Amino acid sequence: MTNHWVDLKNSDAVLIIGGNPAENHPISFKWITAAMEERGAKLIVVDPRFNRSASKADLYAPIRSGTDIVFLGGLVNYVIQNKLYNEEYVRSFTNALTSISADYKGPAELDGYFSGFKQSNAAYDPATWQYQTEKVSAKDGSGNEIQVSVPKQAASLDDPNSVFAHLAKHYARYTPDLVERVCGTPQATFLQVAQTFAATGSADKSGTILYAMGQTQHTVGTQNVRAMAILQLLLGNVGVPGGGVNALRGESNVQGSTDMALLFGDLPGYLGLPTSAQADLKTFLTKFDNTSYWSNGGRFVTTLLKAWWGDAATKENDYAFNYLPKSSGNYSWIPLFEAMYKGTTKGLFVMGMNPYVSGPNARLERKGFENLDWMVVMELFDTETSSFWRAPGVNPQSIKTEVFLLPAADGLEKSGSLTTSGRLIQWRNRVAAPPGQAQEDIWILDKLMKAIKAAYKDSSAARDRPILDLVWNYGDTIDVQAVAREINGYALADVKDASNKVLVPKGAVLPGFPTIATAANYDAIACGCWIYSGYFAPADDGSGVTMPAVKRRGQKDPGGMGTYPFWGWAWPANRRILYNRASARPDGQPWSEGKKLVWWDAGKKTWTGYDVPDYLATKAPDSKANPAGVGLAAQAGTDAFIMKADGKGWLFAPKGLNEGPLPEHYEPLESPTANLLSKLQFNPVVKIWDTDKGKAIGDNVGTADKFPIVCTTFRLTEHWQAGAMSRNLPWLAEAQPGMFVEISKELAAEKGIGNGDSVEITSARGKIRATALVTMRWKSYMIGGKKVHHIGMPWHYSWVGLATGDSANDLTPHVGDGNSSIPEYKAFLVDVNKVG
Amino acid sequence: MSSIAMLVDTSKCTACRGCQIACKQWWDLAATRTKQTGSYENPRDLSPETWSRVTFNEYEAGGKLQWLFLNLGCMHCTQAACVDVCPTGALQHNDTGFVSLDREQCNGCGYCVEACPFRIPRLDVVNTLTGEAKASKCTLCQDRVTNGLTPACVKTCPPGALQFGDRTAMLSVARKRVDTLKAQGVAQARTYGETELGGLGRLYVLTAPPTAYGLPEAPEYPALVNLWHNLAQPLGYAGAGLMTAGLAVNWLLTRRARLSNVEEK
Amino acid sequence: MDLSRRDFLKVGSAAVGTLLLPATLAGAASPSAFPLHKRVGETATICPYCSVGCGVIVATDSTGHILNVEGDPDNLHNRGTLDSKPLAIPQLANSPNRLQKVLYRAPNSDHWEEKDWDWAVSEISKRVKATRDATFKEQEGGVTVNRTESIAWLGGAANNNEDCYLATKFARALGIAYLEHQARI
Repeated sequence: MTNHWVDLKNSDAVLIIGGNPAENHPISFKWITAAMEERGAKLIVVDPRFNRSASKADLYAPIRSGTDIVFLGGLVNYVIQNKLYNEEYVRSFTNALTSISADYKGPAELDGYFSGFKQSNAAYDPATWQYQTEKVSAKDGSGNEIQVSVPKQAASLDDPNSVFAHLAKHYARYTPDLVERVCGTPQATFLQVAQTFAATGSADKSGTILYAMGQTQHTVGTQNVRAMAILQLLLGNVGVPGGGVNALRGESNVQGSTDMALLFGDLPGYLGLPTSAQADLKTFLTKFDNTSYWSNGGRFVTTLLKAWWGDAATKENDYAFNYLPKSSGNYSWIPLFEAMYKGTTKGLFVMGMNPYVSGPNARLERKGFENLDWMVVMELFDTETSSFWRAPGVNPQSIKTEVFLLPAADGLEKSGSLTTSGRLIQWRNRVAAPPGQAQEDIWILDKLMKAIKAAYKDSSAARDRPILDLVWNYGDTIDVQAVAREINGYALADVKDASNKVLVPKGAVLPGFPTIATAANYDAIACGCWIYSGYFAPADDGSGVTMPAVKRRGQKDPGGMGTYPFWGWAWPANRRILYNRASARPDGQPWSEGKKLVWWDAGKKTWTGYDVPDYLATKAPDSKANPAGVGLAAQAGTDAFIMKADGKGWLFAPKGLNEGPLPEHYEPLESPTANLLSKLQFNPVVKIWDTDKGKAIGDNVGTADKFPIVCTTFRLTEHWQAGAMSRNLPWLAEAQPGMFVEISKELAAEKGIGNGDSVEITSARGKIRATALVTMRWKSYMIGGKKVHHIGMPWHYSWVGLATGDSANDLTPHVGDGNSSIPEYKAFLVDVNKVG
Repeated sequence: MSSIAMLVDTSKCTACRGCQIACKQWWDLAATRTKQTGSYENPRDLSPETWSRVTFNEYEAGGKLQWLFLNLGCMHCTQAACVDVCPTGALQHNDTGFVSLDREQCNGCGYCVEACPFRIPRLDVVNTLTGEAKASKCTLCQDRVTNGLTPACVKTCPPGALQFGDRTAMLSVARKRVDTLKAQGVAQARTYGETELGGLGRLYVLTAPPTAYGLPEAPEYPALVNLWHNLAQPLGYAGAGLMTAGLAVNWLLTRRARLSNVEEK
Repeated sequence: MDLSRRDFLKVGSAAVGTLLLPATLAGAASPSAFPLHKRVGETATICPYCSVGCGVIVATDSTGHILNVEGDPDNLHNRGTLDSKPLAIPQLANSPNRLQKVLYRAPNSDHWEEKDWDWAVSEISKRVKATRDATFKEQEGGVTVNRTESIAWLGGAANNNEDCYLATKFARALGIAYLEHQARI
């Protein structure tokens, strides 16, 4: 979330698209209800079905799953056509005025493609998506006059080379009529949504977009999120209270686990794992922009390497940079399971996860487990994953895999921190005893690493140094606070500034990452995750009591905006709303009294307010950029997006996205219709897996002639993810006891299905049984003049536990997003029939 | 009439069922075995293990679909038939006016089960050998409330659909909410429980007719209970043994027969 | 955990204060007639389910067994409220299905065997070393890549930050490339 949960109360319009917070984040409705009741906020729900969130909405708009870019693009078009954008915000804070290469062409001209597509490797060369640059004179650090390239700015939003003109042209095709034909949303309903949400473009209003996996779990998932960001930038809704682009994350600490980089391509704090093309540290560090706050990236990498390899990480050996594994490809979820299926993966660790239930094309993925030599599972319960070898229909004698099932403590049986969707880190105290011999995960990891180190103790091979030199000193019995201290960062020696003043004495915890950015000897710092630096540092709780920041429970709420700066600690720098420089006008004053958050105090020459400014505190709004400067010196006092090389919010993304600088609609891999927007049916950069295609278990793709019904998957309030922590609990099992599928009355009548009947749902990957839940909450869709049925089902169930049922993921396809590789769980084709 | 009340504002309820589980959690009520039969609603009925639950109802009028959620439990009627038929005084209007249940005093006769126009109390067999039973129902968390806490369900409700406090204040909240909803175009918004059965301790804000939620449009005090109440009670419990028993059993049998008819349909 | 203990006490008293009804309502019936049948709780923690981060107040007995849970009125996210999942926490903590012992399933076996921690840690470390050593890729095209593609790691988004950080450090030190978890899916 750019914003946070309590901030929902500050919103004037809440647009839920691709999420169902009433179902999956019920407490969010405490704050949404407050906004509706106290401010008269409008609630808009856009979803394939009338869900629990929709039941409370002022406006509900149905949408066929997988067509969000058309809907959001339609909103962008409406905002531009009707000039409802916040022009001052757009001109100052976004790249709307930046000129794009004259060679750039978009899908309007190239029938779905952007310029630069190479058929040979199904990838784009983004050369034509780049900013035009011009040379300006500037003084470098030594005071010498030099020529520097800077992005060329257009004189007006109408300049045909400007980002804004390209944006307008691109989305002019996304008409209300197209929305109706592609999404199946009636035009009148769409226009009501557009009118209601676009009203937040007014300077004294703000609107928030809430989304979850309904946006991301698509082959255009990343571009869906981009489309929301574009809309919010146009309306001036980013960085302001009650605004934002807010990902409602699913698990209690999925934000933290992401921050800690349990993802193939990353390192803690979003530093990125090196690739084999980055042979040394110097090459690796060139990836960091030199004209944004990322100019400190090299320092953050160094302090991470010092945290991991301590004295063995020296300036001479690139701080042990080569101890890090380097990737040579995509090691994400789907390729991981494809490798396991092919048998190249021999061992698997599973920590608090049940991939047997949660992976796509699950029948194929599960076969992968059988090819493992060994599997280690750290869990609260026996799950379908740990017991895959005794699943129904499986002969244990034919499975060689050894399984070690290690009993773990649950969240209440151990102490540690966890990070909310709003980036707020809270300390969770141990309040109960683990059962039997169950142990905390860090205890297990500590024992294992100590044993592995012992196993390698006699090695002199270079390749074993990463293990042998690994800093692993958390006590005889691991102390979670020692781990927290390392994540936060501490001084290995006295940390000093350029004038030799001691900033942090040896052994002390770091007050925050600015110390890393300013220290002369930053390599005297060990910091496991720079964005968390400060979370475990002593801080006042607002009442004069000092404690590790993350443990604070202070109740002060200056300004009444719900920022609560003395409660816990939010990354980065205890900042509650990201990009909050943009909550003030370019001149530094709030857009309106009611949306006041941070502002420039001209008298004190500092940014101040109710939140920690997302800005250099002393940088005046009229500061000029020094194009020859390094880091934020290269940015002006109106450059609100300090992590971007040009300081601007990107309406147009010249880099970072694989399938184009602007979100463009392509149909899901399995779709009931031809693409009604262009001849390009499917996202051209997405890899389509074809392992054992045509076999009973394989990467099969279905077509509408055999599977005419669109299906999506969802979650339930009463269950949680793959089910171990809910399907084993009697009260929750009682409330949602088994698998069902939601079917419209119309489809049920056509198929002769009654409510409560047992039905079979088939896709190209498999078939499952479920109880039919026949409901008025689903309606058929008219897509391009043709009636299309749409159904949906929860995916929590499988065969272990008190509440059991077939798994929806037996049906989902093995295909991922063009950027993030997140699997497509939300739009695929099926057929459904009554059993017997 | 009760001096305090619980308000169920269905226009705010998201059916997270925090109330349903909070009740089970606070009172340590066991889960029952349920089955997916084509509804989000489970358990499908109140029971000795389920004193409060949320019902799910789809209602379409004027082209507008509503998914109606109703927190259901003891209504704490002012004219409470259950209190009137209770031979032991286990069921009583307490000082605050809501219907408390003292399980120690309950003899398991089951009259309350039959008398309730909302079908709320249930008999809980506490000894399978002797067949000894006790009534069970929502008491509005009589232990929490008398110790200065709000009922478990009210405390836990995320959107504030459940509120609790002085009945006059709750009524005023409810009426104001109805006005707001009507102004927003919810034409069928109304309160429920203001006057029904002398006034309910569980008040509702509804956005559709009561029947769309499965509530009786006009709940009626059972006529036979009236008869029993008027004839038997003046005679006193001790002196009216035969007559009381006779009437009650008679009434009970009639009611049972009627119920089993309904079930067979 | 001195700090948190002091926190607990503070939270406990704050919780009761917040829950008190106005004086006109409290004491309408005699507390002695209906004593609280269990303790409300005094220790504060955080819900393990979704990502809102709601505060939970827990009462436990002397053995650490959970007796009651309810929303923490001081936690800014939920202010005392909770939905159905966290209210079922006693059944998570006290479930008879919770794993209490290390279990091992041998190749081609049809059952679990109970083992102890020392055995499991020792055996797992042997497997890790054998697999890593047999398949480790130190160089690729003249570049040091220090990578093993034969061991994969999955999980976990319900773990604490400190668990996750250590897991990343653990996995990357071994050279694990296939490092993924719930955030991807």
